[in-house]
Amino acid sequence: MSWALELLKAIGLTLVIFTFLAVVTAMIGVYAERKIAGWIQARLGPKHVGPQGLLQTIADTVKLLQKEHITPRRADVLMFNAAPVVVAVAALLDWVVIPFGTLGSRVLVVRDINIGVLYFSAMASITVLGILTAGWSSNNKYALLGGLRSAAQLISYELPLALGIIWAAMVAGTLSTVGIVEAQIQQGGWFLFTLPPPIGRLGAPFGILAAVTFLVAATAEVNRVPFDLPEAESELVAGYFVEYTGMRFALFQLGEYGEMFGMAALAVIMFLGGWAEPHLAPYLWVAVALGAVVLAAVILLTARHSLIIRPVLILAVLTAAVSLLMSVGIHLPSIVWFLLKLFTLVFFLMWVRWTYPRLRLDQLLNLSWKVLLPLGLLNLLATGLILTLGGR
Amino acid sequence: MGELGVFIILALVTLIPAVVVVTSHNIVRAALSLVPSFLGVTGLYILLQAEFVAGIQVLIYVGAITVLLLFVIMLTEGGTGVRLRQVNEQVPLGAMAAVWLAFVIIVILTRTVWPIGAGSPPPYNAVAIGNAFMTDYVLIFEATSLVLLVSLIGAIVTARGEE
Repeated sequence: MSWALELLKAIGLTLVIFTFLAVVTAMIGVYAERKIAGWIQARLGPKHVGPQGLLQTIADTVKLLQKEHITPRRADVLMFNAAPVVVAVAALLDWVVIPFGTLGSRVLVVRDINIGVLYFSAMASITVLGILTAGWSSNNKYALLGGLRSAAQLISYELPLALGIIWAAMVAGTLSTVGIVEAQIQQGGWFLFTLPPPIGRLGAPFGILAAVTFLVAATAEVNRVPFDLPEAESELVAGYFVEYTGMRFALFQLGEYGEMFGMAALAVIMFLGGWAEPHLAPYLWVAVALGAVVLAAVILLTARHSLIIRPVLILAVLTAAVSLLMSVGIHLPSIVWFLLKLFTLVFFLMWVRWTYPRLRLDQLLNLSWKVLLPLGLLNLLATGLILTLGGR
Repeated sequence: MGELGVFIILALVTLIPAVVVVTSHNIVRAALSLVPSFLGVTGLYILLQAEFVAGIQVLIYVGAITVLLLFVIMLTEGGTGVRLRQVNEQVPLGAMAAVWLAFVIIVILTRTVWPIGAGSPPPYNAVAIGNAFMTDYVLIFEATSLVLLVSLIGAIVTARGEE
C-alpha cells in the first residue's frame, strides 16, 4: 500500500504549500505591497482594519468571496472558468522544488527532483497559457490585447530567464535546487560573489551579471512594473483579467503573487545561497549592526517629519538585531534565513515596481533581444571558459 | 500492474484531447487541446524514466509552441470566432488510408519480437545528454544549429522586407 501513503503525503504537502501560498505570498505579499507603495508615494497605505491595517487583506478576501461570479455574454464559458485555475495551479506547482531550509539532516522540500530548475521554468511557462486563455475567452478587446502582449513578452523573456538558470546550473554542476544550494555551502560562498575554487571572489562580476539578467527577466516573466504591459491599467483597464469577478479574480492575484515569490525564491536559491547562513567575522557583524543604528539615528534626526522614515527605521532595527545575534554567535534556524533573504528580494522587487515607469513595447523587446540575451550568452561563455581553465 | 494502469490513463489523457484537436469546430479550442495531449506524453516520458526529456517537453511544447500557435491564431484576422470545418469531401479516401495504416501498424506490432534487456535503463540525465551532443552527435548538433540560424536570419529578412 505504499502508493496510498504517497498519495496521502502528496495531498498533505499540497495543503501545506497552498496554505503557505495563500497566507504568506497572497496575504502578506499584498499587504506589504500596499504598505510599501504607500510609503514610497508618501501616504499611509491600509490603516483601518486591524492594527496598522494588518487585517485588510483578510477583509478584502471575505469581500471577494461574497461577490457574484459574472460570466460575460458570448464568452467561452469552459475556458473562461478554467483559466484562473491554470494560473493558480501553475504558481502552486512552482513551489514543489523550492527547499525552505533544513531540519536536522533533512531538507525541507516537497520533492528534490534531479531536474529541479528545469521543472521550475517549465511550470512557470504554463502560466502564460492561462493568461492567454483568459484574455481570449473573455470576449473583450482589452482582455485579448493584454493576453497577446503577455504572450509576446513571455516568448522574449523566457530566453534570458533560462540563460540565468543555466548559468547557475552550470556553475553548480547540477539541475537539482537542493544540489545548487549544497554546492554553494560546499564552496563557502554565494554564487552572486563567489565561483568555485580556484576562481573564488574573482568571479564576482560574472555572478552579479547573471543575477541581474535573471532578476530582470523574472520581473518581466511575472508581468510586474516596469514590465506590466499585459495589465497596464492606464491603457488596458486591467488587461487579461478585466472581466473576472470575485474569487476568480482572487485566483489570478494568488497566481501572480505566488509566481513572484517563486521567482524570488529561485533567485535566492541560485544566487544568494538558499537557506545557508552568511559567514562573516564577528567584528564585521558588529560593524553592520553599528552601521544600521547610525543610519537610523541620522535619518531620525534629519527627517523626523517625513513619512518615508518609518520603513527605513524598521529595516535598520531588523538588520541591527540580526547582526547582533550573529555577532554573539547565536544561530538562527535555516528556514528563518531563507525567509529573510526571500523577503529582502521581494522588498527589492516592490521597491522597483513603485519607482520606475512602464516601458514601451519596443523598448521592452529591445531590452530582451539586444541587451539581456547577448549579455546572458556572453556571460555563460565567459564563465564556462574560466571554469574550464580553472580546472573543472 | 500499476505501471499498466498508469500507462492506460496516460494514453487516454494523450488520445482524447488529440481527437478534439482534429474534430473541434473552434480553432482556439483545438489548439488548446494540444496541451493535455502534450502533458500526457510528458507523463509517458516520466514513466520511461526520462525526466530530462519530460521537462524539456513541457517547457518547449506546452510553454512555447502552443503559445506561439495561439499567438498566431489570435493575430490572424478572422482566425478566431469562425466555425471551422476540419473535413472536406475526401473523407472516405482518408478513412480508407487511415484504416489501412492502422492495419499495417497492428500487424507490425504483433509480428515484432520485443526483446527485454536485463538491468536498468541508461540514465537519461543532463550530463549524459550533454556529453552525447558534444561527442558522438556533434556533427548533427552543429548542422541543426546552422539550420536554426538560417531560419532565424530568414525570419528577420522576411519581417524587414516591408521597409
